[in-house]
Amino acid sequence: MTQEITGAQSLVQSMEAAGVEVVFGIPGGAILPAYDPLMDSTKVRHILVRHEQGAGHAAEGYASATGRVGVCMATSGPGATNLVTPIADAYMDSVPMVAITGQVPSAAIGTDAFQEADIRGITMPITKHNFLVTNPDEIPTALAQAFHLASTGRPGPVLVDIAKDALQANTTFNWPENIDLPGYNPRTRPHSKQIREAAKLILSSRQPVLYVGGGVIRGNASPSLKTLAEMTGIPVVTTLMARGAFPDSHALHLGMPGMHGTVAAVGALQQADLLITLGARFDDRVTGKLSSFAPKAAIIHADIDPAEIGKNRQADIPIVGDVAEVIPELIAAIQAEFDQGVTGDYEGWWVQLNRLRDAYPLGYDFPTDGTLSPQYVIERLGKISGPDSIYAAGVGQHQMWAAQFIGYENPGTWLNSGGAGTMGYAVPAAMGAKVGRPDTTVWAIDGDGCFQMTNQELATCTINEIPIKVALINNSSLGMVRQWQTLFYNERYSNTDLQSHRFPDFVKLAEAYGAYGLQCDSQDNVDATIEKALSLNDAPVVIDFVVHRDAMVWPMVAAGTGNDEILYARSLAPEWGTDD
Amino acid sequence: MSRHTLSVLVEDQPGVLARVASLFSRRGFNIESLAVGPTELPDVSRMTIVVSVEDSPLEQVTKQLNKLINVLKIVELESDQSVQREIMLVKVKADLDTRSHILETVQLFRAKVVDVAQDVVTIEATGAHDKLVALLKVLEPFGIRELVQSGMVAMGRGSRSISDRSPRSTDRTI
Repeated sequence: MTQEITGAQSLVQSMEAAGVEVVFGIPGGAILPAYDPLMDSTKVRHILVRHEQGAGHAAEGYASATGRVGVCMATSGPGATNLVTPIADAYMDSVPMVAITGQVPSAAIGTDAFQEADIRGITMPITKHNFLVTNPDEIPTALAQAFHLASTGRPGPVLVDIAKDALQANTTFNWPENIDLPGYNPRTRPHSKQIREAAKLILSSRQPVLYVGGGVIRGNASPSLKTLAEMTGIPVVTTLMARGAFPDSHALHLGMPGMHGTVAAVGALQQADLLITLGARFDDRVTGKLSSFAPKAAIIHADIDPAEIGKNRQADIPIVGDVAEVIPELIAAIQAEFDQGVTGDYEGWWVQLNRLRDAYPLGYDFPTDGTLSPQYVIERLGKISGPDSIYAAGVGQHQMWAAQFIGYENPGTWLNSGGAGTMGYAVPAAMGAKVGRPDTTVWAIDGDGCFQMTNQELATCTINEIPIKVALINNSSLGMVRQWQTLFYNERYSNTDLQSHRFPDFVKLAEAYGAYGLQCDSQDNVDATIEKALSLNDAPVVIDFVVHRDAMVWPMVAAGTGNDEILYARSLAPEWGTDD
Repeated sequence: MSRHTLSVLVEDQPGVLARVASLFSRRGFNIESLAVGPTELPDVSRMTIVVSVEDSPLEQVTKQLNKLINVLKIVELESDQSVQREIMLVKVKADLDTRSHILETVQLFRAKVVDVAQDVVTIEATGAHDKLVALLKVLEPFGIRELVQSGMVAMGRGSRSISDRSPRSTDRTI
């Protein structure tokens, strides 16, 4: 006979059965019963964070760095609502995450009880699915389903809200052998006819581009992507979410497309006659004005989520499936064409693209007043710490520079908030990544605005021996907003001056948290400071890089304009030199 | 814009109506009418949703609905291949002069009077959307005191049942 246990014990056993090794969270009234048996678990490590938002982003960072499901936990009401931002973030970026929240006792639900919030209702539009559990017997099933949903198909966040009385009541633990979700059957295997047609179109096109999105990273399809690119010689662009899916050093790589993409990548999409879209979603930051995006291109669109296909751009060959299965099948179909003597001819295309790539490389100007260039700092960081490190960025200018100048060679080494654009993501995400991959150097590349939203997690890092490194690109401003004010609001800097060259003292702040605090304000000291930080591994390190505030992110496609209107630098439009 | 009727089989679980309704509002689609009720299958409810959208957004609606874990199946019912009905209760002013006219109208539309008071009659009418609109138009001059109308329910014609085919058969893309 199965032993009687509490719902809380059943929850902990469920987490163990789901293979959870770490949970980021904060206890509180409604979730308190769960924290008691959690204390005894030898399998699940709980890391006590300082703010639930930190727990959520840490779970995301853990998930993005390891490919496993990240788990965060909070109490009812404000604990749960503090998770809303990271849940929304995980939803936008398809991060596999399970959020577990306590709820007020079931009899009190709906009475506006203390710390009550309808978190299931609140998170409906930002979760892949969510549960409210009031019956303790249903805890294992809900958890099993939650982990299954979060990690399969298009990954995403799933919330399980559990009423306090269900945690306290007696139950038995029965881990379900089968997941019974009749309405959930994600299709991973692509249609073979679509694959054959795609292969034919790829080889008959003359100006194709592999438009690679974050799905290739979530789907672990990088190795086969490399094979596909190399066997065909087709140029690759990797979106913000896909940085690292294809090596930056690779000759076939044109870089990142989009609002701050390279001229070569943006130009390639605009002039292409075929986009081979793999796990990407035609986001507005990539397409610019949709009506003028890639006007000549036929579209092959492969995605595991059928709703992405045709959402923004009509697909000529839609392929529903997991990129990890789609790409190998494409390779086989193209090989079959090769065997018939059919090959692609992209020579003329490469002449055009190489001209763009040579004429408009990524670059930046050094400030004339001798102050530190933020791009230089990030470029040196990438060179010195190398492509085996993990880099988590906040949101804004430093994020774009980190996407442009680090140099990624491996999937899972670039973590950022792409879809939601959540400031404050970097520090807790780096913390989560470091927990998941403790032997890897993990950097948070953060802005002074972002850092001040979530830096309290440095305490968590110090106390739990999670030695992340923070490269703070301190330009004393909400830099990206300031850039827009420079360009579009007549240099009227309304509320973007953070004065963070004065306050806070980031070195002291780091030290107050038990971290190392370093500062660097001259180009000559950049390398030495980074090397110093790399040598300190017994506590977190924060480097306050005091940088020039007027540096801008280029190239840029201004919001609402078409990609053809990309500017290489201020008032400098590239010459396309196309044949038409 | 054209009207489309979607029959949606869903798991009968708490919150499922909220999920569907919130999806429509979040994605910017307007629900014209919605009816929910039980089906011949235990634990399965059926929603009949009428939306006014172009064809391409309709495909997006369907695909987004399909992503809801509790949604089992979606079928679009074409008006010429399905029976579509709404029910309406309408309270109309009726004095001695007008009452016989009203009763004539009721006859004409094959509606029925379900309640009579000194100065009003309450009429129940069932039919397709257009018929009810036409009836209302005729009744309007008499003075409508109160009106309540159900969402449309609809069912495909012929011997086949919506639950015949396996769930999730409506991947309209491929």
